[in-house]
Amino acid sequence: MRTSAGARIVGVLSRHAFLIVICLAALYPLYFIVATAIRSNAAYQLNPTGFPSDPTFASLRDMILHQPLPRWMWNSFLVTLSSVAVSTLIALLAAYAAVFGRFWGHRVFLSTSVALMVVPPVTLLVPMFILMVNTGFVNHLQSVIVFYTGLLVPFAIFFLANFFRTVPVELIEAASSEGAGPFTVLRRIVMPLSGAATFTLVVVQAIWVWNELLIALVFLQSESSRTLMAGLTQFQGRFVTNQPLVLAGALLSIAPVVLLYLSGQRFFVRGLTAGIGK
Amino acid sequence: MTSEGVTRRRPRRRRVLWPYLYVLPALAAMAFAFGYPLVQVVRDSFYAGDFTSNPIWVGLDNYKGVIDDPQFRQSILNNLKLMLSVPIMLGLGLAIALVLNDRIRGMRQYQAIVFLPYVLPATAIGIAFSFLLQQNGVLNTALRDLHLGPLAQDWLGNSHLAIVSVGGLVIWQQLGFGVVVFTAALLALPPETAEAARIDGANWWQLQLRVLVPQIRPIIELLTVIQVITVISWVFNYVYVLTTGGPGYASSVMELYIWRSFSNGSNGTAAAVAVMLFGMASVLIGLSVWVRRQVASV
Repeated sequence: MRTSAGARIVGVLSRHAFLIVICLAALYPLYFIVATAIRSNAAYQLNPTGFPSDPTFASLRDMILHQPLPRWMWNSFLVTLSSVAVSTLIALLAAYAAVFGRFWGHRVFLSTSVALMVVPPVTLLVPMFILMVNTGFVNHLQSVIVFYTGLLVPFAIFFLANFFRTVPVELIEAASSEGAGPFTVLRRIVMPLSGAATFTLVVVQAIWVWNELLIALVFLQSESSRTLMAGLTQFQGRFVTNQPLVLAGALLSIAPVVLLYLSGQRFFVRGLTAGIGK
Repeated sequence: MTSEGVTRRRPRRRRVLWPYLYVLPALAAMAFAFGYPLVQVVRDSFYAGDFTSNPIWVGLDNYKGVIDDPQFRQSILNNLKLMLSVPIMLGLGLAIALVLNDRIRGMRQYQAIVFLPYVLPATAIGIAFSFLLQQNGVLNTALRDLHLGPLAQDWLGNSHLAIVSVGGLVIWQQLGFGVVVFTAALLALPPETAEAARIDGANWWQLQLRVLVPQIRPIIELLTVIQVITVISWVFNYVYVLTTGGPGYASSVMELYIWRSFSNGSNGTAAAVAVMLFGMASVLIGLSVWVRRQVASV
């Protein structure tokens, strides 16, 4: 009550100062990637902190035209698209059955999904790799696609089941009492209502697959089958003395994620924090 | 006609059967990606060799070998060291969330920026950090320019500092997650309690620490468990691109140890460590499911 106007302004300003420092720390590494990717290697070697006063697109052009990066990006795109599409479809059916079908054991099924969500993939790696070797899928994109799909399913079920619980049961009951089969109800009533939720889920899963490294590194070891993230680590070793070139690659791998983030920030925030709370 | 159909309960049979059909693909996918490898990895941990030829049963030897291996001990120690980053990232995240919760102007923009690192690929960011932190990288250059030269360190090459640098990167990327979760929890609180405290003359600090923070305690606990799981079992990317476990194995972690053993053809060893890691993760996962229930019941 007794705070003076002066003290209040100091309070507000210090809060902004605190937040601005945090934001600068969050953004600096990104600035560093962009700024260095458009500097020449000579300028960078001379002074790593310098401003890109003489920007050049040579590194970016080299990455796109003379390095395998476009191929790896395409691989990542294919892997992301197929695993996310399949896992979303599988999870839609399962979450719908668990929430509205209430089959015997649906509670156990849902809590199993929650538990599996946090199983570290590294613990599954050895048997899966041996399986892929034995079936001849190593160095084929299918190997990571099927594994990613399976890994994504528990979170997708958890996420969709949480959303489906908010759909009024009366809508479902009304439709079924008029003779609509379960698939019709799912397609005509539940799915149209779940557009935003499904989109959020797709975004979250896509980010996860796009960013995954360990499995891609182990399963895809031939130059032409690498994903973008596994490929980037190759660049890191290959161009030790040309860091602007490596960062040009990093920039190209980050760009799609940042663009997606800027266009649908609320979907990201909602989806990525969905593992928490209700 | 339709009501006749319902009373004759013809759809009843279908209603009983279809959920099982719908859940089948999910069960198959989870059995394939989790069930099979979890069972198999336990079996593998009792065998030696690279499993291409006839594997040899060695009982508990893989486990014994691992526990006697200084490289493994260092790895597990580093995972424990990384746990120190959890209170830092959550404490700082909570502080940011509390400041944002004062309905500060530009709240959405601040939040969007702080959350951004969390969505970025750890690999690409880790590579950038490996350049920032190298001997003649940006950080040391800046320190020297500011006449703080003595503070310049070999952040990645010093065997004591390497894991600290990894922790720094983990904090940098994970901070925004806590901020967003805490902000959402704070905004969902009923305003009456805070109002009452304010009328009773509570100052800003008392309001935050005695009124607001206790109310979101279940969320803080849940996030603590989740982030402990993260630093125990999801830090491969960071370590791999920042130090690859080096110098030597000074900054190795369990995941990297698994990957290394496996790359060297010691699949049994890799499997044994995977089983141990899974055991630790299971305890934490159980804890997370339990804490989650507390959150849901609030």
